[in-house]
Amino acid sequence: MNIPHTLPAESVATVTPTPRTLVHGVILGAFCLGFGLLLAITDRLTVGDIAARAVDDRQNTLAQVIPASLHDNHPVADTLLMKNLRDKEITVYRARKNGLVTGVAYEISGPGYAGEIRLMLGLSADGKVLGVRVLAHKETPGLGDKIEEKKGDWILRFSGLSFIDPPPERWKVKKDGGEFDQFAGATITPRGVLAAIRDGLEFFAANKTRLLEVN
Amino acid sequence: MAADYKTIVKDGLWDNNGVFSMMLGLCPAMAMTTSATNGLGMGLATTAVVAASCFLVSLFRNLITREVRIPVFILISAAMVTIVDLAMNAWMHDLYKVLGLFIPLIVVNCLPMARFEAFASKSPPLPALVDGLFMGLGFTLALVAIGAVREVIGSGTLFADASLLLGPAFKVIELRILPADTGVLMMILPPGAFLTTGLLVVAKRMIDARAAQARPADTACGLA
Repeated sequence: MNIPHTLPAESVATVTPTPRTLVHGVILGAFCLGFGLLLAITDRLTVGDIAARAVDDRQNTLAQVIPASLHDNHPVADTLLMKNLRDKEITVYRARKNGLVTGVAYEISGPGYAGEIRLMLGLSADGKVLGVRVLAHKETPGLGDKIEEKKGDWILRFSGLSFIDPPPERWKVKKDGGEFDQFAGATITPRGVLAAIRDGLEFFAANKTRLLEVN
Repeated sequence: MAADYKTIVKDGLWDNNGVFSMMLGLCPAMAMTTSATNGLGMGLATTAVVAASCFLVSLFRNLITREVRIPVFILISAAMVTIVDLAMNAWMHDLYKVLGLFIPLIVVNCLPMARFEAFASKSPPLPALVDGLFMGLGFTLALVAIGAVREVIGSGTLFADASLLLGPAFKVIELRILPADTGVLMMILPPGAFLTTGLLVVAKRMIDARAAQARPADTACGLA
């Protein structure tokens, strides 16, 4: 094992001089193996619980946008894979009562001030908003984050509305000639949310028959 | 190296404080302190990781050769971070939803690396654990201080949402100091982090300098 090492001379003098590079390699390899094993065990122990928590989270979000009185099934398990208007694959969750689809929920998104705002939109079978909730955003704390339910009731204002009232062209912030308040100092965030909801309502209008199919 | 726990505790919390004296881990210290609660969360998560990995580094200190120590240190702290992340996600999910964002950031914190190099790799496991614990708590203290200043001036509250992190019993420490919508937004944005951190470092140096003047024989504060 005549691998030339490039270590500084003073550190060489202190330890046995022979196949040192190999020793270091073995030590590092052993640590990698040991900690790799530890991580694999941790992953194996937690993977089931983590998956269950992710389903719980999804169920909690769905429960906020589809009232429990509307369904007797589990919307989180009654899914439909579709392409939205921007050709992105989305999962549609369906609420049913006695087999009939009474409402749907799916993820929508719009451009915010600092990246994409992701929301969950729940609609009843007649196209009315049941609820909208923010899933993730990177908006400015104290300004744009008022779209979160726990930071303000702005997001609750859409319930019961549809493209019939107000008409599609009025689904904008007041600054853009629409129906809805912007925040003082933050117009881009509500504008992004409204664009997302508008998209979501258009998607519903375009795919209504497919969404409400009984199958 | 004889274990002098009193010095270890004092070093970690004040004399050699990770943020205010050693200037380590400034990235999470600034990015995560938009509120005192966020600072507390980030600090506690870091404390758990630093303490556990200091202990492990010390346990294996005779096996780790000088030449491979840096990759091994990184391996240990990255593994600890991953384990904490997975375990919290699975078994403390509500807390994870608040802290989950911060945990992966601990990997890029140089505070653990500095403690491995300067202390844990040269000390027995117990002092190393105590050192990691109090270095982490000192870091927490600094983050809560920065977060508190930014939150009070920036949004007029103190420890908002602390009950999400610590449980409903802590609702009482959620305070509103200034009326709503009177905050100086800049303090919550990145410039506020730099200003606050800088001013708090100055404040700590002034306190240390005054203390050193009172006892001229002693050496002044830790690393500059």
